[in-house]
Amino acid sequence: MSSISTINLKDLFLNGIIKENTIFKLALSLCPSIAVTNNLKNGIFMGLAVLFVQTMVNITISLMRKVIQPKVRLPIFMLVISGWVTITQMLMAAFVPDVYAKVGLYIALIVAFASILARAEMFASKNSIIPSMVDGLGMGAGFLFALTVISFFRELVGKGTLTVPTGLSTQHVFTFINTKPVLIMVLPAGGFLAVGILMAFFNWIDVRYMKKAAHASH
Amino acid sequence: MNSEFTKLFELIISASLINNFVFTRFLGLCIFFGVSKKMETAVGMSITFTAVMMISAALSWIVYTKVMIPLEITFLEIIVFIGIIAGLVQASDTIMRKVSPGLYYKLGIYLALISTNCIILAVPLVNAGEKYTFIQSLAFGLGSGLGFALALIIMASIREKLELADVPVAFKGLPMAFVITGLIALAFTGFSGLITL
Repeated sequence: MSSISTINLKDLFLNGIIKENTIFKLALSLCPSIAVTNNLKNGIFMGLAVLFVQTMVNITISLMRKVIQPKVRLPIFMLVISGWVTITQMLMAAFVPDVYAKVGLYIALIVAFASILARAEMFASKNSIIPSMVDGLGMGAGFLFALTVISFFRELVGKGTLTVPTGLSTQHVFTFINTKPVLIMVLPAGGFLAVGILMAFFNWIDVRYMKKAAHASH
Repeated sequence: MNSEFTKLFELIISASLINNFVFTRFLGLCIFFGVSKKMETAVGMSITFTAVMMISAALSWIVYTKVMIPLEITFLEIIVFIGIIAGLVQASDTIMRKVSPGLYYKLGIYLALISTNCIILAVPLVNAGEKYTFIQSLAFGLGSGLGFALALIIMASIREKLELADVPVAFKGLPMAFVITGLIALAFTGFSGLITL
């Protein structure tokens, strides 16, 4: 346990955003990344919901890690996750009903996210509360980042607008392109294209960066 | 009677083609991209998947209408459904291993994967939300399973060919699979409006 306390919390946080980004690097929990991202506002709120669930689950599991019997740990993890998802679902239905009407089904399906269960199993059940919380925040922030990038790209290209939430129930719609936008990007099919293109873009950066690093080391 | 039968048929068609879970509702994508590399695994997954989907739709309908509505605990639907599915997967794993080891060696690995699939959870949630009857729930489960099977098999047959294709380095693997799925989804939007429920 002593080695874990020496882990740099900042690195732990950044790990979730860059190195192990749930969507772009691990390709897990892809469903909402396409389903809710045709509008920047929905994307941001979905990301926030995941950030909240991931952090709270990590904290809860970490608090309970000494009491949980290893044999029944998976059902208990599932129970904790679905409990927090139910809470999130109710909070969103109460405070952001217009977003909830669109993304409700996908909020419920956060339960089946492999990434949340994986972090609970691999990290939170073995570490104390502060690293677990930071890990949850990092993974959640990585997810929020990915959803924001995808929905920013899709709404801007597909509709020529950006819907920025300015509060729980207020929003501001910026219009950038007044000519005919690329409608396909906000259609279901465009979601797959957008994620594919963005993934390829991040791969391309990776390849270039690695080439440079290889040159530098020579 | 006749119109009821037509309704069921429409439900199956709409769940499998028009509202295909993969292409228009974007569910089960992790499994979809994970097991669509080879035809053989895609077929195995489809069979296991459709069977589990129908059984879990039936079980969760019974629990939802006979237990949860009378007790007024419908807000617990997520917890209860995920429990039913996990239990069902575990049970069928054990039963299959004892009753038919041959089948278990062929399909057993897919069973374990299924409990983390969001379509399996989405079907009971949609059934509960739309207040389908028992038979309609079964039909919706069957249609969704067939739709997923169709998607997997189309994708697997394309990806087997794709192995030999020369794609740009950055697009290799998943990004290319995403672009292809986008194109298939575009084709599937052609089904919209085929049946209006």
